[in-house]
Amino acid sequence: MIVAEQKPLEEIGQMIAPYEKVLILGCGTCMTVCGAGGEREVSFLHGALQVAQARSGTNVHDFVEYTVKRQCDFEFLDLVADRISEVDAVLSLGCGIGVQAIAERFPDTPVLPGVNTSFMGMTSEWGIWDERCAACGDCRLDETAGICPITRCTKGILNGPCAGTKNGKCEANREIDCAWVLIYRRLERLGQLEKMRRYYPPRNFRTIPRPRRIVSRVKVEPGESNGQIAI
Amino acid sequence: MAKSLFEEKLNSDKFLVTTEVGPPKGADVSEMVHLIEMLKDKVDAINVTDHQSSVMRFPSLGGCLLVKELGGEPILQVTCRDRNRLALQADLLLAYSRGIRNVLCLTGDSIDVGDHKEAKPVFDLDSVQLLKMIRIMESGKDMGGNDLKGTPEFCIGASVHPAADFIEPQLIKFEKKVVAGAQFFQTQGIYDLDSLRRFMQFASQFQVKILAGIIVMASARMARYMNENVPGVIVPQFIIDEFAGVEKGKGLQKGIEIAARTIKAIKEEKLCHGVHIMAVGNERVVPEILEAADL
Repeated sequence: MIVAEQKPLEEIGQMIAPYEKVLILGCGTCMTVCGAGGEREVSFLHGALQVAQARSGTNVHDFVEYTVKRQCDFEFLDLVADRISEVDAVLSLGCGIGVQAIAERFPDTPVLPGVNTSFMGMTSEWGIWDERCAACGDCRLDETAGICPITRCTKGILNGPCAGTKNGKCEANREIDCAWVLIYRRLERLGQLEKMRRYYPPRNFRTIPRPRRIVSRVKVEPGESNGQIAI
Repeated sequence: MAKSLFEEKLNSDKFLVTTEVGPPKGADVSEMVHLIEMLKDKVDAINVTDHQSSVMRFPSLGGCLLVKELGGEPILQVTCRDRNRLALQADLLLAYSRGIRNVLCLTGDSIDVGDHKEAKPVFDLDSVQLLKMIRIMESGKDMGGNDLKGTPEFCIGASVHPAADFIEPQLIKFEKKVVAGAQFFQTQGIYDLDSLRRFMQFASQFQVKILAGIIVMASARMARYMNENVPGVIVPQFIIDEFAGVEKGKGLQKGIEIAARTIKAIKEEKLCHGVHIMAVGNERVVPEILEAADL
């Protein structure tokens, strides 16, 4: 899933300053799971912004809150078109994709990012999320025992550990495991150390020209009965 | 024919001594010039470090040009941290055109340990790929497969960490570097000869020259600091204790003594093919170390 962190209240305060009516819009998918911008966070932020406003004695803003199932699909955004038409700006607690989807769908309404989108990752334990995939477009996890050196090695190198690893940890951060030590141990366990002995050539960055687009070979119809393979 | 004076010596039976200078932080090269003049005839080659510990400095290529101008034998340290494959190739073409023929290929320390922590790390290549890239250039092509007008030739080396606390993956990488074309290795700092002996048992099956890294330290505080903060440096407790027992102001003397003792032992035991002395800020004592080690 996509992992994000809510921006500091002060930064949000500066962004919303020019606007009177603001819709705080949460997202029900990844942002809810990572605790950055689901229904609960929308409500907390709403309260915090009201308190901040009361303290400053200005009372210029009028907030409304709402959370959609997903901000990254127009079909869910369409359901809040009426709410959006009534405000001066949307403070989105969706990831960067949600913010851009709103901007594209509602060209006349300013949209402000309430979170910093960080990475794709997993929940290691509740409250701790770890990056696991860089979306590099050229997955070779079969060569590295299912542990991604692009994401988990601070240098993203392909031919084994650098000399900075100490006690199995990364030279850049002693809290973090050296990806290549993990890869070595798992390849050893799987009896596949020969994979580490291979030479891996430099990455081909042409596989990831930005912006990327995927055109599905599956015929996708709106609604429940989609997913038929087009042959 | 040898590509450089240093390569010629690598191919001989001579016990080799290399050392390194760190370029200045700024445009004033007078101190570096002084050090190069002092060291150039006492060692077989002088490495110039490439933003060592990710601290921005005068470039290694500029430092190597100075070594060359002053009549010394330079080893250009090249890291993959700050340049993509275009810039790496271009720098090597410049180096070659100015007579620099020895290159030490390194991945480079993390940006996070240096003084520009907000910079974008590059790492387009890693050290193994960099070695291979040079061999590709020597075939007359660039990495894009295009013909080069004028083909460079280099004597190339790499680093290895014989005292790593988890040696097996380091050995695999060492072997990959050999296969990629490394002719010589300068190791990370060695204090414990047992780890060097074990490593040399493994390394002796390959046709490469190994120069043991000797880091000169000047106090228990420095030893502890390097152990904790400098990537790839592991200082054993007995060395830290040895420094701790020294009276104030005599630390560097102890550092010289330990370095000379280690070099002597390596040479007498014919443990490897030479030493690489890293004096990190105390380069002026390198001649003293050589004298104390009977070199």
